[in-house]
Amino acid sequence: MTTAIMEAVRLVKRYPTGGGMLHAVDAVDLAIQPGESVGLVGESGCGKSTLVRLLGRLIEPTEGAIVFEGQDIAPLPLRRFVHDKARGRIQVVFQDPTESLNPSLTVFDTVADPIRRLGNPGGRQSLAAQVRKAIALVGLPPEMETRLPHQLSGGQRARVGIARAIALRPSLLILDEPTSALDVSVQAVILRLLADLRSELGMSYLFVSHDLNVVRLLCSRIVVMYLGKVVEEGPTEAMFRQPRHPYTRALLASIPDPARRGHTPWRLEGSASSPIDPSPTVCRFYGRCPRQEDRCAETMPELRAVGSDGVHRAACHFAEEISA
Amino acid sequence: MSAAVMTESVPLLTVEDLVLDFRTRSGMVHVLDGISLTLDRGEILGIVGESGSGKSVLAYAMMGLLDPAAQIPRGGIRFAGRDMLTESERSLAETRGREIAMIFQSPRTALNPIRRVGAQVQDVLLRHANVSKKEARKRAIAALARVRIPDPERRFDAYPFELSGGLCQRVMIAMAMACNPYLLIADEPTTGLDVTTQAVVMDLIREQVRSSNASVVLITHDLALAGEYCDRIAVMHAGHIVEIGGTEAMLSAPKHPYTARLIGATPGGHESIRDLASIPGSLPDLRRDLPPCRFIDRCERRLDCCATDALPSVNLGADHIVRCWNPL
Ligand SMILES: Nc1ncnc2c1ncn2[C@@H]1O[C@H](COP(=O)(O)OP(=O)(O)OP(=O)(O)O)[C@@H](O)[C@H]1O
Ligand SMILES: Nc1ncnc2c1ncn2[C@@H]1O[C@H](COP(=O)(O)OP(=O)(O)OP(=O)(O)O)[C@@H](O)[C@H]1O
Ligand code: SF4
Ligand code: SF4
Ligand SMILES: [Mg+2]
Ligand SMILES: [Mg+2]
Repeated sequence: MTTAIMEAVRLVKRYPTGGGMLHAVDAVDLAIQPGESVGLVGESGCGKSTLVRLLGRLIEPTEGAIVFEGQDIAPLPLRRFVHDKARGRIQVVFQDPTESLNPSLTVFDTVADPIRRLGNPGGRQSLAAQVRKAIALVGLPPEMETRLPHQLSGGQRARVGIARAIALRPSLLILDEPTSALDVSVQAVILRLLADLRSELGMSYLFVSHDLNVVRLLCSRIVVMYLGKVVEEGPTEAMFRQPRHPYTRALLASIPDPARRGHTPWRLEGSASSPIDPSPTVCRFYGRCPRQEDRCAETMPELRAVGSDGVHRAACHFAEEISA
Repeated sequence: MSAAVMTESVPLLTVEDLVLDFRTRSGMVHVLDGISLTLDRGEILGIVGESGSGKSVLAYAMMGLLDPAAQIPRGGIRFAGRDMLTESERSLAETRGREIAMIFQSPRTALNPIRRVGAQVQDVLLRHANVSKKEARKRAIAALARVRIPDPERRFDAYPFELSGGLCQRVMIAMAMACNPYLLIADEPTTGLDVTTQAVVMDLIREQVRSSNASVVLITHDLALAGEYCDRIAVMHAGHIVEIGGTEAMLSAPKHPYTARLIGATPGGHESIRDLASIPGSLPDLRRDLPPCRFIDRCERRLDCCATDALPSVNLGADHIVRCWNPL
């Protein structure tokens, strides 16, 4: 058993909001092994980006530990972490590139900035070479170097965000929806780049995506979140072949399909229950779940091993009965 | 003027031979070149294509929203017969609020950061429907519920920074739908949504369009999504519409080499990342003098005339048009 490069233990993030506590991330355990690529999927608003920001130490956890390369970085104050050597070894690609790029920095300076602060810039030429390499790797033509963010398309901005993160050659790359703004051809370039970086440098990934086909290609393991909690995790193929949680099942059934044009296929009814002060004794999927029974409103199902491999786990009282 | 919007004799939207350039410090960037299309009432038109090919710029132009660095040497855009390029800013603002609504590619930056999201939806309703504040609040909450925002009564008071990317996107969609527009321009409206929520939101958009005979321009990278919801699809590459036609024909028998490659690069059923096709080469430098076909450097079907002769518009019937000398 190798030791995980990143391990979150009972990680919690709550936000005080009008009328109660919003449980964004609720006692999440997650381990990423060196060289592993983990896919994180789940309903919009279920806490994926919050988990990303916690692991990247961009926000303070409410509770829990974040062990990165053997060191618990959760207690480090944010101001200290910015200068910690771990900072350069974890890089985050943010969900919305428009928000995360400094509007007054050119593409060149955006990519150069973390190299200057956390990497080995070397002389002017060495820095320029590192920047140009990163820009070329994400498929951006060199003439984009002098552009400002507002002069770029959405997908070009997204690639600047990726170039900035890989330029440092981090050991853990956390990507929050990195390809949702890209056309499929550019997406293929980025997926191949990520696969190469993993095989050449042993980089590990946490890859957040709504595109299950992409997750299936890139990730060996998938973690599914629902309303702040991990509801299922396991090897990619097992998850696709035999999802054990009713939410995962619904997710797989909703992958768009041109063959269905004009027909309204089966839809998951209702909207998720409130993330504000959810009941600790009710399954988070209760109220929407096609399989639910009274028991689900009385006891919260714990994440537990299902099947014989021990690595496929689900949080549903009836996981053994659910099949695709 | 709403009368003109309703008249069936004038198409809802026409773009005619539109050319658009941007001034930059390093020269002119030729972003749109000879774009023509017509949008009928009640129609959902998908626009797909390469990143950087001009989809968002075209959408902004349809809204009459142009960057100060933009120049339009040629062409026009008419919405219900009115010229969107010469209309006064005041009347454009009016049109945008009432008749055309847009869902922007980056929703959080498009929302007002210091106003509660529910109030932003309420504002739209107050502007459009003759209702009391209390009634508008009620309707705003219902609108948030329709886009599946959980606990809408309490989330009404959230600020944009307190919402996830997909929640912001849904607020933006609720606002756009609250206008009950004749034309909805949706630029990657569901990129932040999981597939189950995406399905519900897209159904909602389609229902509203069908019931009010409104039209949608849906910009997306997701060919499967376009395939499921659009009546017609336009494919853009480097500032050109290279192919446009009915959804089924486009997806099952693409004619332009770029369209075919795009469909081939879509993941789904592929064995591994290595098998995933991409399209070699990249967007040409749009500052240069470009050959008539901007795909030429990447095309294995090129003929001698592709480098010299202006692109033809081949009508394959049923309004399936391809701009290529050697279509598949
Ligand atoms: N600063 C904040 N203050 C209050 N609530 C917040 C804050 N940030 C996030 N939240 C809430 O936490 C929950 C989880 O948000 P998060 O951004 O992690 O979701 P997500 O899974 O990334 O969703 P999406 O797929 O839409 O991006 C949401 O209900 C969101 O509104
Ligand atoms: N203000 C500007 N100055 C110079 N070039 C610009 C400006 N705005 C956009 N561009 C360029 O125009 C082209 C078209 O941009 P647009 O945003 O329309 O692309 P898009 O098709 O929407 O791409 P994406 O799918 O990545 O969002 C891009 O190559 C972009 O770099
Ligand atoms: S525990 Fe009950 S409500 Fe929860 S997912 Fe399983 S069947 Fe559904
Ligand atoms: S016009 Fe010629 S170069 Fe261009 S896509 Fe068609 S065959 Fe290829
Ligand atoms: Mg998110
Ligand atoms: Mg765009």
